[in-house]
Amino acid sequence: MSSVSEPIIELRNISKRFSSTQDVVGRLATRLGLAKQPPVVHAVDEVSLRIMPGEVVGLVGESGCGKSTLGRIVAGILPASSGTVLYRGKDVAQLPTRERRRAKLKTQMIFQDPFASLNPRMRVSEIVGEAPRVHRVVSNDVEAYVSEQLHRAGLDPSYRRRFPHQFSGGQRQRIGIARALAVQPEFLVCDEAVAALDVSIQAQILNLLLDLREQLDLTYLFISHDLGVVQHLSDRVVIMYTGRVVEEAPSGEIFSRPNHPYTQGLLAEIPRLDLRKRRFSAIKGEIPSPLNPPSGCHFHPRCPHAMPRCSVERPVLREIAAGHRSACHLNDMDAAEPLPAGAAAGRA
Amino acid sequence: MTVTSVTDRNSPTLEVQDLKTHFFLKGGVLRAVDGVSFTVGRGKILGLVGESGSGKSITGFSIIGLIDPPGRITSGRILFRDRDLSKLSEKEMRQLRGNRIAMIFQDPMMTLNPVLRIDTQMVEAVLAHDKISKQEARARARDALGMVGIPSPEERLSAYPHQLSGGMRQRVAIAISMLHQPDLIIADEPTTALDVTIQAQILAEVQKLARDHGTALIWITHDLSVVAGLADEVAVMYAGRIVEQGNVDSVLDRSLHPYTHGLIGSVPSQNRARKRLVQIPGMTPNLLDLPPGCAFRSRCAHADMACEQDPPITTPEPNHALRCFHPQREYAA
Ligand SMILES: Nc1ncnc2c1ncn2[C@@H]1O[C@H](COP(=O)(O)OP(=O)(O)OP(=O)(O)O)[C@@H](O)[C@H]1O
Ligand SMILES: Nc1ncnc2c1ncn2[C@@H]1O[C@H](COP(=O)(O)OP(=O)(O)O)[C@@H](O)[C@H]1O
Ligand code: SF4
Ligand code: SF4
Ligand SMILES: [Mg+2]
Ligand SMILES: [Mg+2]
Repeated sequence: MSSVSEPIIELRNISKRFSSTQDVVGRLATRLGLAKQPPVVHAVDEVSLRIMPGEVVGLVGESGCGKSTLGRIVAGILPASSGTVLYRGKDVAQLPTRERRRAKLKTQMIFQDPFASLNPRMRVSEIVGEAPRVHRVVSNDVEAYVSEQLHRAGLDPSYRRRFPHQFSGGQRQRIGIARALAVQPEFLVCDEAVAALDVSIQAQILNLLLDLREQLDLTYLFISHDLGVVQHLSDRVVIMYTGRVVEEAPSGEIFSRPNHPYTQGLLAEIPRLDLRKRRFSAIKGEIPSPLNPPSGCHFHPRCPHAMPRCSVERPVLREIAAGHRSACHLNDMDAAEPLPAGAAAGRA
Repeated sequence: MTVTSVTDRNSPTLEVQDLKTHFFLKGGVLRAVDGVSFTVGRGKILGLVGESGSGKSITGFSIIGLIDPPGRITSGRILFRDRDLSKLSEKEMRQLRGNRIAMIFQDPMMTLNPVLRIDTQMVEAVLAHDKISKQEARARARDALGMVGIPSPEERLSAYPHQLSGGMRQRVAIAISMLHQPDLIIADEPTTALDVTIQAQILAEVQKLARDHGTALIWITHDLSVVAGLADEVAVMYAGRIVEQGNVDSVLDRSLHPYTHGLIGSVPSQNRARKRLVQIPGMTPNLLDLPPGCAFRSRCAHADMACEQDPPITTPEPNHALRCFHPQREYAA
């Protein structure tokens, strides 16, 4: 992989805030100043991220931590509340309309639930062929083009006339992949793309994604809560916790030398085929509410190493080794002193 | 196929013998469970694994007596502490259910009533089987919530299910299953949708229950890695039958059935990073038109003419049994 080129996607200080849903009366009351402002969910909180061409970046975190929201911002289907998205070095918001549309087309998304994301009333040929036709990726013989896409995703092209409900879960995920690839993207955001599938089908889809990456020089942002899958697939891993990136490193590095206490706890709990009759234990406490996240370091109520400073000061994400970044105050202490080896740290 | 280890023999909590649960449909007979046998000893955990549609849930529903027409248990015995559950009346079954036997469903809303507060439901569940005061019942409910790692359980008691996240709802359902410290819990993929840290909390509680109260567990899942860390025994199901079973180490380290090999090979792991995973070709068969013989043969690299007959049960080592004509030591590449 070339590491000299510029990132294909770069996020600078991206935040996304949702105000929680209010009914019409509530909105009116707020507008008239009769009710207080609705609570705000800080789904993504000042995230910066660079993804190089050809990389597979795994994005990991507990549910509700903002992975999907970040993925949708990367894919250009959700606007950020603040911050900058750069596509091949250019601020997407500043691009002329035509170029912006092109950049968006080059980034496609694959979703967890292959059924919900496919229009049940459209035939496979329309699902896969519509976007390439509209965007003039292909001008003549759309049918032949669709067949080629289906074939590449491992589906028999004779299924073209069928509807989504006539397929199994794994086959539907292949349709989703064929649809995404039909517009000839460079970058795929896969959001829990194999989470709903049986292990054997999951293996087929993971193999397909690895093959396609090689054939088509694709770059992936692979969102998953399954650390085994992420470890299998990723070159680099990004760990999120309530809206923030807390650690980021090459895959081998993060699994062998996790730095952040949250990452250490997370990795200690990966179920593994070779570990028998384990004593399960877990990071104590509850996943914090994004409506009201803890002060300072979001992880401090659950962190075994928390210090007074942790509840007041947000730790910055900074480099602790080549390509390895972590956001924890422990790294500011005597640099020569190794991290207190959390019981979890040495497990991998 | 029954494997009884020496230690369990004196006190199996559950013994399932040749269970068959069939669905009588317009298109024919669907043999969802077709001759399944296993035992679970006191305080032991059996991992029941297999792809979706292999009959895992129906096995669980059969034990707990939740099979409705057109489905029916057509044969076999389900001995729970020496009583045959398949012979009990619905009333007798209701007395056991939620009390001595509990089930945790994949979807927590199978357990929870959406219109009732958590405390109402939990107190009701306690009082259904124990004659104690409402206050005592409420205290027990609160303790159970604490046990599954729910913070400020007192406050959560007055919540409605929709006010909790999916993971929290599942933990409430698990807490309800533990209210009476049952002798047997059947857990149907209860942690599949949960994050690893929450999953680990729940697995820790489940282990404690087995250890401290001798609760026997059937843990249904398609995640072999969870089973590896949790179970004493493993049964691998395919198309309504157990194709390989035994001690967790025998089945995972010395598996002999081609299907088990395929399942193990398809688990992503560190040592195979960025390499292709083993793929089991094809798909699970339609149970409605299942021809006789080994149901795996359309996907099996070792299938031959012999496999058109039902494979016999063989026992290559103590506490390890399988159904296959051509047991394989090595993976088929
Ligand atoms: N529409 C909404 N507006 C604002 N906040 C919400 C909304 N829906 C859920 N929340 C809050 O966001 C957080 C996450 O809730 P959510 O239902 O998404 O859980 P989850 O992340 O799916 O968890 P689990 O994996 O356990 O199901 C909770 O604190 C919840 O109260
Ligand atoms: N449209 C929305 N309205 C309100 N809140 C939302 C919306 N989308 C996401 N959120 C909230 O933002 C947070 C992050 O969501 P998401 O990115 O979907 O998490 P993940 O994918 O990591 O599970 C959650 O707390 C969720 O409730
Ligand atoms: S900053 Fe403090 S609370 Fe946060 S992870 Fe580091 S030690 Fe723990
Ligand atoms: S009996 Fe034959 S078809 Fe079935 S698993 Fe064994 S070798 Fe394969
Ligand atoms: Mg999500
Ligand atoms: Mg099931």
